Amino acid sequence: MQHVANWALNTAAVRGASYADVRVVATRNRALTTKNGKVGNASDAESIGMSVRVIADGAWGFAASSELGRGAVEKTAAEAIAIARASARVKREELQLAAEKPAVSEWSTPYRIDPFTISVEQNIDLLLKIDAELRSVPGITLAEANLNFNREEHWFASSEGADIHQTKLSTGAGYAAYAFAGNEIQKRSYPNSFGGQWQNKGYELVEELRLVENARRIAEEAIALHQADQCPEGNFDIILDSSQLGLQIHESVGHPIELDRVLGMEANFAGTSFLTLDKLRTLRYGSDLVNVVADARQEHGPGLGTFGFDDEGVPAQCTPIITNGLFTGYLSSRETAHTIGLNRSGGTLRAEGWNRLPMIRMTNISILPAEKPLTLEQLIASTDHAILMQTNRSWSIDDKRYNFQFGCEIGWEIKNGERVRMVKNPSYSGITTEFWNSMDAICSHDEWTLWGTPNCGKGQPQQVMGTGHGASPARFRGIKVGSAFHGS
Amino acid sequence: MLPHEQAAEIFDRIRKLSSADEVEVLFNGGHFALTRFANNTIHQNVSEENHVVSVRTVFGTRTARAFTNKFDDESLRHVVKSSENLARVQHPDPDLLPVATREEASGAGSIDDKAPSRYFEQTAAITPELRAEGVRQIVGVADQHKLTTAGVFSSGETFEGVFNSRGLSAWHTQTSAEISITMLAADSSGWQKANSPNVANLDPLRLAEIAAQKAVDSSVPTEVPAGKYTLILEPAAVLDIVGFMFWDYSGMSILDQRSFLTGRIGTKLFGENVTIWDDVAHPLQAGSPFDGEGVRRRRVPLVEHGVIRRVVYARATAEKMKRSEHKNSVGVIEATGHGFSLPNEMGEMPVNIVFAPVSDPQTVEQMIASTERGILVTRLWYIREVEPFEKMLTGMTRDGTFLIENGRVKGGLHNFRFNESLIHMLSSVEAMSVPVRSSGEESFDMVVPAMKVRDFNFTELTKF
Repeated sequence: MQHVANWALNTAAVRGASYADVRVVATRNRALTTKNGKVGNASDAESIGMSVRVIADGAWGFAASSELGRGAVEKTAAEAIAIARASARVKREELQLAAEKPAVSEWSTPYRIDPFTISVEQNIDLLLKIDAELRSVPGITLAEANLNFNREEHWFASSEGADIHQTKLSTGAGYAAYAFAGNEIQKRSYPNSFGGQWQNKGYELVEELRLVENARRIAEEAIALHQADQCPEGNFDIILDSSQLGLQIHESVGHPIELDRVLGMEANFAGTSFLTLDKLRTLRYGSDLVNVVADARQEHGPGLGTFGFDDEGVPAQCTPIITNGLFTGYLSSRETAHTIGLNRSGGTLRAEGWNRLPMIRMTNISILPAEKPLTLEQLIASTDHAILMQTNRSWSIDDKRYNFQFGCEIGWEIKNGERVRMVKNPSYSGITTEFWNSMDAICSHDEWTLWGTPNCGKGQPQQVMGTGHGASPARFRGIKVGSAFHGS
Repeated sequence: MLPHEQAAEIFDRIRKLSSADEVEVLFNGGHFALTRFANNTIHQNVSEENHVVSVRTVFGTRTARAFTNKFDDESLRHVVKSSENLARVQHPDPDLLPVATREEASGAGSIDDKAPSRYFEQTAAITPELRAEGVRQIVGVADQHKLTTAGVFSSGETFEGVFNSRGLSAWHTQTSAEISITMLAADSSGWQKANSPNVANLDPLRLAEIAAQKAVDSSVPTEVPAGKYTLILEPAAVLDIVGFMFWDYSGMSILDQRSFLTGRIGTKLFGENVTIWDDVAHPLQAGSPFDGEGVRRRRVPLVEHGVIRRVVYARATAEKMKRSEHKNSVGVIEATGHGFSLPNEMGEMPVNIVFAPVSDPQTVEQMIASTERGILVTRLWYIREVEPFEKMLTGMTRDGTFLIENGRVKGGLHNFRFNESLIHMLSSVEAMSVPVRSSGEESFDMVVPAMKVRDFNFTELTKF
């Protein structure tokens, strides 16, 4: 792909770009789903294209095309320049890119089994086995299961001399059982809702998840929810399982620390952030137990936010976000780093595909587990009265990321250290900083899972990105529970 | 833009490459550009050109689809092979129908009979300079009011096409233009958004002035406690919340028993003043006149005077429904031209929603004048389903929330979280405006009125 990069970079230089970078991305996706004993979707998709990002007249321009011939590439680069010059007509300040040593490198996702080598028959057999197991439980009215495999090959080159080739592999797998009866639909999912678990791994992820082994339990829980009491309303201590805590981190830590939001660049769509620049290193975000990092490095784990380099050629890094409860860092890019006094980007700029402009995205935003051993069962045993909530069902948060409300698929009332009853329709709500300051216990590494969120939307045109969130179960004191159903 | 004739030629090449019993080919793509501004400057400015072809092959009752965005011989040979390899190993699907014939797809007339032109040269010709000029005008309004603005001005031309081996050929081209504006003050904000196939219908200055006035008028916001209020929702707010129910107006959703309409078709679920159609031919609508199988979209009455009348169907869903236990309780069962491309697990969905006008429409100003105490909402945000059968939704107000007292807007309010049942909301509509084409962020574009709703349930406040 070197020739494509050269055509684009040369055209940009000749036409006056002060900076240019080129990305060529080739993707392959396989999606397989089953529903009630039948294959729902079976598709293979391939896409390849290139994009050019330039600075000309001190403003940004970006153009993308699926055509990789010389004429099309040069035309695309010229269009990016023309767009940049149009941008310069409504410009207030000069762009400042933080310096970055141009990297020449190769990187790829470590994996054990290439998922595209597993036959479609084997995959469908697995999905139908799960489906049969779910529907063997009387009362299950709908069973859905999915497998997704993605391979992305990225080439990045810049006018500064960067030349990076990365190959990323990701896998997703999960299922859900629905039970409709009377005037109620209840649902249970495994291992998480909205498509299950997603990681930068090969087919080994599917093998690790023990999908078939858990299917009957999940279906039985969906049925049992119909007989369960409604979750009580009031102020309670709550314990969140690790997947729900992962989404809580995504919404109430991951988004507000995006520096483009903080600076108003997303004000029209995704919103802004309560984390104004004066709060850096002054805001008590959470209790002393709250330690959150943004870590894109492979050593953090196979998260959807793991990579070698971001989409402007900056190496993966680990940034402390919350340190012993204190707010200590934002997600930054080469363009925004200077606004918080950094002379280097945090390496978080990513694009959905070849045809999208890279923007600040969460990497793996993870809460660190307790160092002292603490299992979920030990946490429950040490709790007088609380609601344990598992597996997200709904999520909503305001456009500055203060007020949130989450619903979960299943809850358990805990009294005197024991689960005493299942409750249905559990939900909780609060204000972000008050919530994180109420955390008084978190389980240790044995309970920590690096969850994948494959569907994070941001930007105009909207881009969907995968992010990672490591979490172990944690307890929060005095949280408002059940207001989702208040007054209904 | 890929010309129709070239697509037809590509289809012929694909057909010759395939050994399947049947072949169906979908085309989509085009040129899209978007100029994005924030902090009164253009900060992102993008353009893309992409053409995608997808090939569905059928062997008996086995089918699968493969996609590529390359049209050279080798890529087409590869995509056909991928589709066939996937299809051959599927389990037989007894519900799978042969691909649609032209006659079946078009009903009484030809596919294009009722399709209004949605392609406008003036929109297709928009340049980055023209979009920048629009943004310059918007920024000018922000400067005049001492506000900060953010938003987008986008334009594009797109195509969709369906060809199959039984002779069906359907093609649609369309242009689109969109402007969305947020105006920010120190402690308040305002918002407006509009889109149309015809850029002549968009007025950036007017949208900017309205958004700016909302930001100014809602400054120094006060708090009122959460609770049940008379609510006046502007059309974009109505669109974003009601949009969450239309997945349920689907035959497949009834068969799957995941629809809140399960067992409720024919019953009066909403107020007498609520009548909703799906109508692709409505002059304020946009989009393709055919579905993912090339079947012409029909006009379907979904709700009449509060009574749930019908749901929409893909071809196979209609046949399945006719054999199901629900067949006598769901009203008219026929393929309505709302299917997604096959194979899929969701079936179909209405996507051209039109609320019928009421006989006594009121303007938003008239609704305010008749309200002793209530709240005016510009926009709703981050709406999610809390409970599926009562259609309980949660979400936030955003970018212009106002207190109404004694028939007048008193000033801005801090934003609320709501938890409200759509069934309750649409049973509590006291007044509606004339429906307009409206655009939001949570749902697709629709033709909807503003609404005045009693006892809308706010459960919490946020901090701004």
